[in-house]
Amino acid sequence: MLSTILFLILLIGGIGFFGWNVMKMRSNINLGRGINRTDNRKERWKTMTLVALGQKKMFSRPIPALLHLAIYAAFVITQIELIEIFIDGIVGSHRMFRESLGGFYTFIISFIEILSVLALIATFAFLSRRNLIKVPRLNMKEMNGWPKMDGNMILFMELILVTCIFTMNGADEMMHIAETGQSYGFTISSFIGPLFFDGLSIDTLHVIERIGWWGHIIMVFTFLNYLPYSKHFHILLAFPNTWYSNLEAKGKFTNMESVTNEVKLMMDPNADPYAAPPEGADVTPQRFGAKDVTDLTWKNLMDSYTCTECGRCTSSCPANITGKLLSPRKIMMATRDRLVEVGDNKRKNGADFEDGKSLLFDYISEEEIWACTSCNACVEECPINIDPLSIIIDLRRYLVMEESKMPTEIAGMTTNIENNGAPWQFSPSDRLNWANED
Amino acid sequence: MSLIVPTMAEMMAKGESPEYLFWVGCSGSFDYRAKKITKALVKILNECKVSFAVLGTEESCTGDPAKRAGNEFTFQMQAMMNIQVLDGYEVKKIVTACPHCLNTLKNEYPELGGTYEVIHHTQLIQELINQGKLTLKDGGTFKGKKITFHDPCYLGRANNIFEAPRNLIQKLDSELVEMKNCKSKGLCCGAGGAQMFKEAEKGNKEINVERTEDALETKADIIATGCPFCNTMMTDGVKLAEKESSVEVLDVAELIAQAADL
Repeated sequence: MLSTILFLILLIGGIGFFGWNVMKMRSNINLGRGINRTDNRKERWKTMTLVALGQKKMFSRPIPALLHLAIYAAFVITQIELIEIFIDGIVGSHRMFRESLGGFYTFIISFIEILSVLALIATFAFLSRRNLIKVPRLNMKEMNGWPKMDGNMILFMELILVTCIFTMNGADEMMHIAETGQSYGFTISSFIGPLFFDGLSIDTLHVIERIGWWGHIIMVFTFLNYLPYSKHFHILLAFPNTWYSNLEAKGKFTNMESVTNEVKLMMDPNADPYAAPPEGADVTPQRFGAKDVTDLTWKNLMDSYTCTECGRCTSSCPANITGKLLSPRKIMMATRDRLVEVGDNKRKNGADFEDGKSLLFDYISEEEIWACTSCNACVEECPINIDPLSIIIDLRRYLVMEESKMPTEIAGMTTNIENNGAPWQFSPSDRLNWANED
Repeated sequence: MSLIVPTMAEMMAKGESPEYLFWVGCSGSFDYRAKKITKALVKILNECKVSFAVLGTEESCTGDPAKRAGNEFTFQMQAMMNIQVLDGYEVKKIVTACPHCLNTLKNEYPELGGTYEVIHHTQLIQELINQGKLTLKDGGTFKGKKITFHDPCYLGRANNIFEAPRNLIQKLDSELVEMKNCKSKGLCCGAGGAQMFKEAEKGNKEINVERTEDALETKADIIATGCPFCNTMMTDGVKLAEKESSVEVLDVAELIAQAADL
């Protein structure tokens, strides 16, 4: 009875706090500008299935892909066992499904155990990639401090989770043998049980089994509630984020309709520049481009929460490879950090609160955004279809169109286009000269 | 052999309308090196009697570098003026040798009212060869040579055109060798996103040097590409590596024009 109450407190508290944090993230994402990403649903389901569920893009780098697959598969399949653990916890039963499922139960638990061993191996491999081999993309300067610790914390939590599962199953195996003379027949714990827990009394075994059981479920809730504070939220957001992917050609930049209206007005000889806006029209002028996170689209903001800081983008970025300051991963991390700050500010001090800071300048420098070649390598690389490029371009748009801040050569190039119809200083009347030259 | 380059205005005066508008682009019109690519393509079009015309002095920058640099105003002004000209001539199909022009015309003009079928010159050349309109000489200029293809970002990743240029190179009597990063993983030459027109930010290497090293690693005799900007960047990279006597940088159109003895 006491354990049921404890379990229910844990369950409600764990899910409640997680839900509260998720609502906060949701309201933060909704601070972004509108963008329509609900067209072509068939293609969206397909993209989500292939990219998120099927991890298609991970496999361009096979070693981390296989290790990641082991943890992913173990994580997903373990959710089945979690259903039983929940029911056992509430009802106070022990292995609720074993009787009714029989041999299939043995198969499922054995399958989970095998995947858990693979996940354990993968976790050690990942820890050594981060801390011993020091894979370059996991040890760049934007990873110093909290991000590096965050990555390791997740892996340690996975170690504890798997250890608890085997403690639970191993001790339970020995109890079962002592009580019935028979093994459960689970693939891994039928070895682990005799190996670690041989010769212990039933009472001791029972305590160990409970430690494993409670340790596991406490870890599950800890993990769940750690997620919103961590880069690891990708395990959930990868799905919606790929569903809302950009389905257009990667080279297509968004059209700025506010500009289209202005340009049409300029080119229309009959337009009345002093005409009042139509009744009911939104008259507050929108900023051109993005200075802060609230100028970005909600998809950009969702991207930032989805980023798990793997650094594939940065390791394929031509600017970063050649030593420039730009790192697409850092763009995403900065966007997220700033979004959390802006969201917290608004909740604390009211929706109109300004802290005098902005994404551009305080978090991302001009030097970074001018180093981008718009080559789309980062977009191509991202295993969950995050688009750092559209943020970079929106920041450029703000700099150029609102503050007229740009490298002098860019200003010259633009003037040339406006005056001679070419980015260089050539006369438009010479445009066809090539046809008559040798 | 002199080139036959009709303009849209001339065509219209004769009451004709060509199948293709050849969008030459600023590089193709003004840049010393890129003009050679333009002429190679015209030779091919002339040889195959493709019905085409250019806008000539009526052509203007698509606005691509302005848009990439964040100047949407300049871009849309250019786009709307170009669309007026294109629609005035009732243009339906456009071929261009510049992936930046291609991307802008194909993807960014429709929302401003200009919808055209836009193809890259390598796609058109492939079609001409497939239709038997263009034949390459066997055992010609490129026999036994190694050629590597550098994917222009705005052709490859941006518009998923990876195969047309490769199919053409494979039609030559030569060996196509791939760089370690190619196709969708290809590394940028460093010119995109309006970088062509400015100094690079502070770093420890120029991007075109990095990419040229990838290309030289393949031991190719020829670095082929399909973009005038990439051509400039790779040519500079080869010069910096002091390899210009042994490694050539050529557009796919130039390779084909040479192989067809034009």
